Amino acid sequence: MSSDKPTLKQRYDRLMLRHGRIIVIGLPYLWLMLFFLIPFLIVLKISFATAEYAQPPYSALFTWIDEGVNITINFGNYLFLLSDSLYISAYLNSIRIAAISTVITLLIGYPMAYGIARAQGSLRSVLLMMVILPFWTSFLIRVYAWIGILDREGLINALLLNLGIISEPLIMRQTEFAVYIGIVYTYLPFMILPLYSTLEKMDVSLIEAALDLGCKPWKAFIKVTLPLSMPGILAGSLLVFIPSVGEFVIPELLGGPNTLMIGRTLWNEFFANRDWPIASSVAIAMLLFLVVPIMWFQHIQTKQEENGQ
Amino acid sequence: MSQGALQKAHEDVHKTQPWNNPDAVPFIRFENVTKKFGDFYAVDDVSLDIYRHELFALLGGSGCGKTTLLRMLAGFEEPTAGKIFIDGVDMAGVPAYERPTNMMFQSYALFPHMTVEQNVAFGLHQDGLPKSEIRTLVSDMLALVQMTKFAKRKPHQLSGGQRQRVALARSLVKKPKVLLLDEPLGALDKKLREQTQFELVNIQEKVGTTFVMVTHDQEEAMTMASRIAVMNEGVIRQLGTPFELYEYPNSRFTANFLGQVNLIEGTLVDDDEKYAVIQSDDAGGEIYIDHAVQGHEGATLWIALRPERLRLLTEQPTDTKYNCLSGKVEEIGYLGGLSTYHVRLDSGFRIKVTEPNSSRHIEPRYTWEDRVWVTWEAGAASVLNQ
Repeated sequence: MSSDKPTLKQRYDRLMLRHGRIIVIGLPYLWLMLFFLIPFLIVLKISFATAEYAQPPYSALFTWIDEGVNITINFGNYLFLLSDSLYISAYLNSIRIAAISTVITLLIGYPMAYGIARAQGSLRSVLLMMVILPFWTSFLIRVYAWIGILDREGLINALLLNLGIISEPLIMRQTEFAVYIGIVYTYLPFMILPLYSTLEKMDVSLIEAALDLGCKPWKAFIKVTLPLSMPGILAGSLLVFIPSVGEFVIPELLGGPNTLMIGRTLWNEFFANRDWPIASSVAIAMLLFLVVPIMWFQHIQTKQEENGQ
Repeated sequence: MSQGALQKAHEDVHKTQPWNNPDAVPFIRFENVTKKFGDFYAVDDVSLDIYRHELFALLGGSGCGKTTLLRMLAGFEEPTAGKIFIDGVDMAGVPAYERPTNMMFQSYALFPHMTVEQNVAFGLHQDGLPKSEIRTLVSDMLALVQMTKFAKRKPHQLSGGQRQRVALARSLVKKPKVLLLDEPLGALDKKLREQTQFELVNIQEKVGTTFVMVTHDQEEAMTMASRIAVMNEGVIRQLGTPFELYEYPNSRFTANFLGQVNLIEGTLVDDDEKYAVIQSDDAGGEIYIDHAVQGHEGATLWIALRPERLRLLTEQPTDTKYNCLSGKVEEIGYLGGLSTYHVRLDSGFRIKVTEPNSSRHIEPRYTWEDRVWVTWEAGAASVLNQ
């Protein structure tokens, strides 16, 4: 070697060797810090302020007085959430709608995932593709499409009226029913994909073993397939449940005025009432509601990995 | 021998070798069974009788149809044509969960979410036995396979050999009429496999269940089985005891499949009632057989010579012109217990000879490029016409 100076490539290699792990892990964390943690802290800060007719429309948390910091924390917003039954019922309603939607999604998604997992090679990729395909169109457009289908003058009503099955158009849009359709339709792939991946990994000979040991097929399903697909069921359910609770677009476009969900309440507080502190505390409270299931989900996942299954 | 003693000898043979008893009733019967997958004949018109208490092995390479045959017995596949009887009952339309068979799977298929104990008890729960009885049966079975200590473990906490024992216990605990074993030792390493072979045979003798096993390992089949069916391309090529298959192969296929063999092509030149002479250009000499050969003079035949039945001489024998082929030592493989020699005959044919190294301090008698003569006894060769 003629030169003692390391080339750029060598320097880069050394850097990666020494700090590669930190860089690889650090970058996504930096991203999360910038775009998740800091906005979260801002929202948290606003939730402890009081609303003001000003720019910005809330009081300052920290004020500088005589070389000292005066911190004004207002828990009033959270107390207000508890005192006004509107918020509590919006939360409960969101959880109820999300839970029912999750169960329906599971009931539809499980057989689909099972069918895909047991399908022959080439057919399987086609079926999987069809599950993923809707993602290529904007979510908003797909929800609008449902308006066209469910509307008073929509596709279903037109069809049924023309066939003479009904004489009056059915009211489907702007009901809770339409919200269920919207949520189940939108989140179905999030249920199917994790279920598929657990079912696909499952050894078929386990079911044969259960049959061989005297189980009828349905019992083999309950005793073997179902418990072994539990990780997929939980992952899918949480992936559907968590975003459904905070769902705004679907209840806004498909739901009626009575469909009270927390996402809509939040939107109203921000944009209609312009009460940022209340809106922020609604958001923080919702987050706390959801953090528990998220952490549970994480816990299950790590446990599953430890078991090496 | 007196009449009575002869009778007794016959009875003994009939007890230990029911297949040689024309009056014995087969326990499992395949009648012209065919299984097609699309256009592919996985099993092609197989008829086979297996008797009670046998440890029967289906032996063959991958895709020979042995596993399909086993799966049809278990009820996982229905035959395209033909019938299967177990203990006289036609199995057509009987689902797997109602058959008197249990299977030990190649992958063991232990339920990962259950403990060893729960795995073994699984089948008994399906029969609705009382809890106390299940507990006794499970602990007895775990004792039999020496897994009592591990009863509370989950399958992923066990070694390969331990899993194999649990799988065996789970399939035996229901006392099936037939136990099916799909490559039972395939996932174990060599040492453990050899040890387990004998254990499995001992357990089979203890419980008396009829075992039907599938294997691709000829050594495993020979060690364990009472009889072996050698399969290839969906048909049974030969059926017999390990001894019969090894010593009297019916074709080049089985001769090659079981153990090592030198196959020499030749032409029948002299066929007497007591002997036969075969002229082989392959070997570059005449081969003398001490029995009559079925075939007309001029027919093409193959001589199967096991390497361990051949002897190497450093000087040409003077007493005979038959069964004596000259060549040069080309390769020597020292395997410890024995050595293999590859001898290039003057005809160009390469013949394999093994000799035991029965003493520790022995000078190698031949080395590379030595001229040697390969000889064998007239009874050592088997003659194959297919």
